[in-house]
Amino acid sequence: MSDIVFENVRLIDPASGRDETGRLVVRQGRIVACEDGSVPEGARVIDGAGAVLCPGLVDMRVALGEPGSEYRESVSSGARAAVAGGITTMAVLPNTSPPIDNPALVHLLRVRGEETGMVSIHPYGALTRGCEGGEMAELGLLQNAGAVAFTDGTRAISDAKQMRNLLSYSRFIDAIVVQHPEEPSLAKGACATAGARAVRMGLPSVPAEAEAIMIARDLRLTAMTGARLHFAHVSTAEGLDLIREAKSRGIRVTCDTAPPYFAMTEDDIGDFRTYAKLSPPLRNEADRKAVCAALADGTIDAVASDHAPADADDKRLPFAQARAGGTGLVTLLGVTLGAGLPLIDALRLVTSAPAALLGLKAGTLAVGSDADLCLFDPEDSWTVVAGNLPGRAQNTPFDGKDLKGRVLRTFKRGVEVFTADELAGDERAGAAS
Amino acid sequence: MPERPSVPRHLLGIEGLSAEQLVPFLDLAESYALLSRSRSAPRDALRGRTVINLFYEDSTRTRTSFELAGKRLGADVINMSVATSSVNKGETLLDTAATLNAMRCDLLVVRHAQSGAPALLSRKVEASVVNAGDGTHEHPTQALLDALTIRRHFGRLEGLTVAICGDVGHSRVARSNIHLLTAFGNRVRLAGPPTLLPGAMAGLGNVELYSDMDRALEGADVVMSLRLQKERMGAGLVPSAREYFHFFGLDRRRLALAKPGALVMHPGPMNRGVEIASDVADSDQSVISEQVEMGVAVRMAVLDRLSRARMPA
Repeated sequence: MSDIVFENVRLIDPASGRDETGRLVVRQGRIVACEDGSVPEGARVIDGAGAVLCPGLVDMRVALGEPGSEYRESVSSGARAAVAGGITTMAVLPNTSPPIDNPALVHLLRVRGEETGMVSIHPYGALTRGCEGGEMAELGLLQNAGAVAFTDGTRAISDAKQMRNLLSYSRFIDAIVVQHPEEPSLAKGACATAGARAVRMGLPSVPAEAEAIMIARDLRLTAMTGARLHFAHVSTAEGLDLIREAKSRGIRVTCDTAPPYFAMTEDDIGDFRTYAKLSPPLRNEADRKAVCAALADGTIDAVASDHAPADADDKRLPFAQARAGGTGLVTLLGVTLGAGLPLIDALRLVTSAPAALLGLKAGTLAVGSDADLCLFDPEDSWTVVAGNLPGRAQNTPFDGKDLKGRVLRTFKRGVEVFTADELAGDERAGAAS
Repeated sequence: MPERPSVPRHLLGIEGLSAEQLVPFLDLAESYALLSRSRSAPRDALRGRTVINLFYEDSTRTRTSFELAGKRLGADVINMSVATSSVNKGETLLDTAATLNAMRCDLLVVRHAQSGAPALLSRKVEASVVNAGDGTHEHPTQALLDALTIRRHFGRLEGLTVAICGDVGHSRVARSNIHLLTAFGNRVRLAGPPTLLPGAMAGLGNVELYSDMDRALEGADVVMSLRLQKERMGAGLVPSAREYFHFFGLDRRRLALAKPGALVMHPGPMNRGVEIASDVADSDQSVISEQVEMGVAVRMAVLDRLSRARMPA
């Protein structure tokens, strides 16, 4: 493997705070110190023409259909979508069939990720057997096999006593518990957030308070047990206020949100658009603004795509019957860049912050790190078109939106795993001449 | 005579339609009501046209009303109900749509338990789709027939106070009526217990919410009573039928709070003694039978106008 030299790139490394125009050298798949301006013999030189070179993105919440629902998204199709979005590391949910509740399946998914050569996959282990909210899964053995944290994924742990036990036990093995914060009895059957729009459309709805109710309960249980809790895809002002306040009291809690919750509202449901049916549901404008504010003040620790693949048959149904969830891998970077944050802060939320949260060696440009890299043009924009997305699932809630920030090239351990079409065309032309 | 371009291709709901767009439906329906009484409806208006009634929910009255409307105008009317269709064999809504589309039907009348199902169908078929009630969303022909009934009695459809009482939250009839009545500049009051009348209904437009039915009825020109489904008791939304009647039953005493001669309406089927007392339902002020009659006339007008909107210029 020859060395790679990136010239004329804007290096942004949120972990170190570095943001400067310069060069970066990759040797044997790792980032090495560049002592001087010389180009190593035989090195491939990539002129970035001022584009941003940042760590490959770390997506801490991705659902794949493997095993069991590969027609929605397999590991390999998901990997193609990921690298097209600059993502080189992803943590995947255990809600598969069978669910990831035994060590062999954790191992399988990690290996399947390696086989793609494009992404590292870090599976979440199920908190309970079958993600059914009952018996505790073999958390310690799952952790030994490489489970990155524990969650029942798209399902909340409903029973308070069970949640207390899970938090206590997870503290004993020093593991993070990830909760889907939605009080299940209030959320049952709902497909929209309570309010004027749901009432007008006649859609069963869940009040935004269902999130705060679950968060309030679990914060107390976390304080009681001393556990380490993470709330996924937080989407309401009240939920974020509770987390902000708990953090100030030193409770070991973190949270993430997903792009739809700071870039869209319930109005995007439009005329029963099932691609905009998500879980939790899209909220009102006040909640959206609160999510933006919580991104800016650090209450939200990370942004995850919350990629939830669905096929056409899952979505071509009446709204309440359609499967919830939207794809998010290829749009994660663009939507996050549009959140109104300084560039380096936006990138931190999708690189070093989620990596640090989960304890992963990723999301950094430090010397000696794997050369997982994303080269993107922050000024170039593109239009999201459902049907033309890389990967298998096409159910993007951002269909038709223009996003600023186009990924040009993605590298995994120094290997180029994605090249934007026009660049690929140039290189083919170059090779022919 | 060319059709005005404002005729919608489908009738999926009342929301978004202006008074100007709705009046022609009412005018045509009124003339059809008179022609029906004299047994002289134009039996060739929809000759050669196919109307399919696709009913995913049981509804004898609405389906019969559409069937009669189509037949009075000379259309070929086919009824498909869930019990006899391939829906029970696992066929999806859109596969059924594709099948009906291939059969070249002109008008598709759809009732479905899911809000938005007719809208979904309308994007996949070439036929004009008429929403005959979808989930808790809309029931536009019911609102039109209610409006026609009101207009015939008052000679106008504006400046009236209409109280809609009962299970408003689960009612597609209420939603369509709210949109229509407010579009014409009427005062709409909604009355019900908070479990059946969520506060967010205030966002439906120019409506007033009441949990005290007596106050809602004071000085009302029209009182609409809504059916309370038995499931609401099982779901813990109201304790019992008799307690419901105690607070929200439309009886003689409450009706006396409305204007003298106020109209009593009900979309049917009624639960006598639950949301409405029998003597009120059968009183001189009740126009419930006339609503049914206007229902056929309104559906004739809707089928006719949508069918003409489809004709090439």
